[in-house]
Amino acid sequence: MSILVDRNTTVICQGFTGEYGTFHSERCLEYGTRLVGGVTPGKGGSTHLGLPVFNTVEEAVEETAADASMIFVPPPFAADAIIEAASAGIRVIVTITEGIPVLDMLRVKHYLSTLDCRLIGPNCPGIITPGECKIGIMPGDIHKRGPVGVISRSGTLTYEAVEQLTRLGIGQSTCIGLGGDPITGTSFVEALEMFNEDPDTEAVVMIGEIGGSAEEEAAEYIRREFKKPVAAFISGMTAPKGKRMGHAGAIISGGKGTAEEKVAALEAVGVKVAKSPAEIGKTLASVYH
Amino acid sequence: MNIHEYQAKELLRQYNVRVPRGRAAFSVEDALRAAEELGGPVWVIKAQIHAGGRGKAGGVRVANSLEEVGDHASSLLGMRLVTHQTGPQGKEVKKLLIEEGVHIARELYLGITIDRRRSMIAMMASAEGGMEIEQVAREKPEAIHSVFIDPTIGFLPFQGRNLGYKLGLTQGQLREGSKFFSGLYRLFVEKDCSLAEINPLVVTKGDEIIALDAKLNFDDNGLFRHKEIEELRDFDEEDPKEVEASKYDLSYIKLDGSIGCMVNGAGLAMATMDIIKLHGAEPANFLDVGGGASVEQVKAAFKILMSDENVRAILVNIFGGIMRCDYVASGIVEAAKDVKLKVPLVVRLQGTNAELGNEILLNSGMNIVPASSMEEAAVKAVEEASR
Repeated sequence: MSILVDRNTTVICQGFTGEYGTFHSERCLEYGTRLVGGVTPGKGGSTHLGLPVFNTVEEAVEETAADASMIFVPPPFAADAIIEAASAGIRVIVTITEGIPVLDMLRVKHYLSTLDCRLIGPNCPGIITPGECKIGIMPGDIHKRGPVGVISRSGTLTYEAVEQLTRLGIGQSTCIGLGGDPITGTSFVEALEMFNEDPDTEAVVMIGEIGGSAEEEAAEYIRREFKKPVAAFISGMTAPKGKRMGHAGAIISGGKGTAEEKVAALEAVGVKVAKSPAEIGKTLASVYH
Repeated sequence: MNIHEYQAKELLRQYNVRVPRGRAAFSVEDALRAAEELGGPVWVIKAQIHAGGRGKAGGVRVANSLEEVGDHASSLLGMRLVTHQTGPQGKEVKKLLIEEGVHIARELYLGITIDRRRSMIAMMASAEGGMEIEQVAREKPEAIHSVFIDPTIGFLPFQGRNLGYKLGLTQGQLREGSKFFSGLYRLFVEKDCSLAEINPLVVTKGDEIIALDAKLNFDDNGLFRHKEIEELRDFDEEDPKEVEASKYDLSYIKLDGSIGCMVNGAGLAMATMDIIKLHGAEPANFLDVGGGASVEQVKAAFKILMSDENVRAILVNIFGGIMRCDYVASGIVEAAKDVKLKVPLVVRLQGTNAELGNEILLNSGMNIVPASSMEEAAVKAVEEASR
């Protein structure tokens, strides 16, 4: 098993016929994801990558019964696209788009809270259940099926961690990129809750970074309820205060959100925190045999 | 994005949020003209730089005559103001704000920001105005009063009353206060702010509620729909290398160390800085070339790194997912054709087309130290830099 997506998940792509949508839809198809079509307003009725294109998500859902969506729609239109997916009954909405205004995401989040759906991202690499379903932009070949759940706010640093795990022979149940924005659809706590319930996930790797308090909230949840071993890494030890480190969410403001605080909070609840990003795999191996 | 106090106050005026009368001045003559227009008898001359703590650093002066206005203006303009936020090198003062004096009865604090945990907009107020809010939060958290605003509903009158009563505003002041709060909230959401801070928020002896200082930060992701805000950007306040990087959509932040870093992805870029430090050296910068950088962008990034005089070695750490390693390699080779590489270059390429990338680098005849992992790359870069 896994969380959120598996071999039965049927996926559409919003922003299907654009450059990124096309490139990554091809990679997902190669990986074996059940991509069943896409949405580009104005191009409904045509075929792209051998799959049907629809004008609206609602139509796409009616015709294909898709239950997940991968969104590449540009920032000014992304909030609309996410709510469109949610309104049409899409269950898992994976938003890759980087650069969505924070206030748009606030409103999206409030709207989505009235519906039964799960948003992943935005500004994230996506989600993958190795060997079954890849929805996103991560390189598929570094993953390996196995018992470790991976949750991360970063993209390429996640690839680094996954590659270390795979090299050590440790496979992954599901890897989720939460995204680098201040407001994300899924938090560490929510991802941990799902991994807690998943019988095939036996340990978790958490990759956090400076900014906000999502890692501290995760630590609190781990102390209270989480039953499986956790290894972590927090990037941004050397980050200066008050500077946005690439991600809109990665900023130490008002002295809050430092890596030190996050490491301390996680260590206090028994999480093993890797000192070096080169030791994420080894650190997981040390808490899980 | 940050803007100056005088620009922030101009925006506040547009939202009927009261600020002292005043205007910006860029020379001593201009300052004198502004003071004359305002009329006396008291003026405040405020240095305009993008950093807090100006008052304590001597960047805010009171003048009781036009002559004093001139004296203060000439001593402030061109001065390097060093505050706790500027770093030891300080910031050169090129602009002033000349304002009328205000009869202060009470100094309060008001701030608006995004509460990530609650997914709400938080408005915070405190009667401890003038103090840094972080200090109040640390030492006297009960003195900070917050209301949480649902972005789909907006600011409600009761929230204004709650804050007003907690701040101890009188019935007469409450009306003014509520108007102030809701105006600032409207500005925050309509202009895509990430922070709005009024410290101090002043109650005058005439029962007016006035923003004596104003700090506005904007969400960079929201700027595409606010050309009028984008125009307020002051390139003088930014590091020239950071400005150059932003032209190419590169995320670059100058730091003080000796190892220049070029990485794809913000998380990996921060982690690369961290691993350099773990091995005993300091990063010269943060640089994220992004997910799908072109040869042109890599070339620009590489030139920026090479223009930093503190850089003793360059570390390239790429985990190509979308990013193609051969593009990175070609960008580096192209850049080295234009600007001669004077420091050792350690390269770790992994992922999409890594072999092709390494081949391009090897065939270029450049002196490159290859590394097969992040760890090895960091160790080698630190070694090379200390040579």
